[in-house]
Amino acid sequence: MSLKLTDVTLTYPDGDGRVVALDHVDLDVPAGCVTAVVGPSGSGKSSLLAVAATLVTPDSGSVVVAGTDIAGLGRGELAELRRRRIGIVFQQPNLLPSLTAVEQLQVMAVIDGRSPSGVRDRALALLDAVGLGDVADRRPHQLSGGQRQRVNIARALMNEPSVLLIDEPTSALDHERGAAIVRLITDLTRERDCATVLVTHDLTHLAGTDRVVQVRDGRVLESPSHAQHV
Amino acid sequence: MSTPKPDEKAVAVFVAWRDLSFAKGRFALMGTVIALITLLVGILSGLTAGLAQQNISAIEALPADRIAFAEPADGQDPSFTTSTVSRDRWERLGAMPGVTAAEPLGVSTARASAPTGTATVSVFAVRSGSALVPGGESVTVSTTVLSTAAADELAATVGDTVLVGDRELTVVAVRGDDSFSHTPVVWTELTDPEASVVALTTTSDFDADAVGEATGVLAVSKTDSLSAIGSFTAENGSLQLMRGFLFVIAALVIGAFFTVWTIQRSGDIAVLKALGASTGSLLRDALGQAVVLLVAGTAVGTALAAGIGAAVSGTVPFDLAPATLVVPSLVTVVLGAAGAALAVRRVTSVDPLIALGSAR
Repeated sequence: MSLKLTDVTLTYPDGDGRVVALDHVDLDVPAGCVTAVVGPSGSGKSSLLAVAATLVTPDSGSVVVAGTDIAGLGRGELAELRRRRIGIVFQQPNLLPSLTAVEQLQVMAVIDGRSPSGVRDRALALLDAVGLGDVADRRPHQLSGGQRQRVNIARALMNEPSVLLIDEPTSALDHERGAAIVRLITDLTRERDCATVLVTHDLTHLAGTDRVVQVRDGRVLESPSHAQHV
Repeated sequence: MSTPKPDEKAVAVFVAWRDLSFAKGRFALMGTVIALITLLVGILSGLTAGLAQQNISAIEALPADRIAFAEPADGQDPSFTTSTVSRDRWERLGAMPGVTAAEPLGVSTARASAPTGTATVSVFAVRSGSALVPGGESVTVSTTVLSTAAADELAATVGDTVLVGDRELTVVAVRGDDSFSHTPVVWTELTDPEASVVALTTTSDFDADAVGEATGVLAVSKTDSLSAIGSFTAENGSLQLMRGFLFVIAALVIGAFFTVWTIQRSGDIAVLKALGASTGSLLRDALGQAVVLLVAGTAVGTALAAGIGAAVSGTVPFDLAPATLVVPSLVTVVLGAAGAALAVRRVTSVDPLIALGSAR
């Protein structure tokens, strides 16, 4: 199952006119691969991620997530697609303050209509997988920044997504922790056969990725060689 | 997508319950406000009902279904104090189709005294042998039946002589606990050729308009006749107005709290939406939280009102009937939930895009 954007254009209103955020973008992310998206601020990386996450409908072009073309889907169907097929790792952890680490993961199953107690073991196993087995019952304010980011990643994997969208996961972390997070993402992508898009501004974290694309002025440019970036 | 429809109720319980437990201080404060408003509503309701009973219980207890007043002047409402029905009218009333009994009733206020006590009483004057007297007792021009409250205030019992106005009457029975216009009732024989009203027992054939035209009376249901008690109308109107304002205040306060609460947690809502939670489930989440808070707050407030009512019921007229306390609580919950529903509808407008790139 992969993610495929074909000839996607997205514009936003800007005063009397419209600003082009994505300009005829094509992107194909196969399963089991990490595609890094790099580019300067305002280049369209976040817009690309928002379209891939089905949070924004493009003006034109097609978006196919895990075999489902999102064209014509209603809000409810898009929400269902997100909770079942897409895992999102936010730039900031965005954890719910009232939930413990394990509950942050359980809520993913709960919004999909499954019993929280029925998925507790899986949630604990995922927390173990990201090295947080011993802090499962802590709330966000009791976790470090790196721990919160790892909960964020584990939460994205909870519903076994086909597509993993990761937005600047290392922006709030020091280099060593950031590198560890990227390693974790690449390992989990291969292990779970996800189509992963990793948006990052930190070129030092690209070593483990399979492909690098550059976004500039809303266009996905011809990718320079991976080695060149790394 | 062909997968089964998720059970969206689950998310409501899961997140809302943890929010309640996590933000204990805020919810405890709001719960206290709800409990205090419910306490006020409960006490006011108990007092309103208690005072109403002191006003109307004697009329409500009459074994009749309609009360006939003299036709009031144009623009006037019927009144127990100004109505006068002559003997020939009540006799004609008794012969009208659909009327099975027409009992004249004179209503007046008098000073009563006994050797050991005095009281202001409502004198209910009826014909000797009238079925209106409680307990099937009969009265004559020289005897009286006292209500319990009148007997207590006068410290009189059966066989005693009491002075009611200028009439010396022997107490033949103490029956009922009825009051009229905040004064206990004493029953005696009607000596005047006119009564205040006529208590009618009617059948389904009764035609109030036809009877009114034929006899010059205004026959209304017993419930409608209560508005002809001046003190009841004025007092009840004021108390109900206060109660109504409290209900509105409850809805506004709860609505305001949940408006602020929803705005504060709009980031969390955006995250849940971005993760795939449906807007409907998030609305149920927010509303479920409000209902839990409302039910808990009103339960505490109602229990406090019941406790206070039980403690003061001997000294002030407080009606502790379950319906008196429970119905206002339910109204508080319903109106509070309506206020909360208006507040949490903001959930629908939260954009999940906030979750991408928001610094939280």
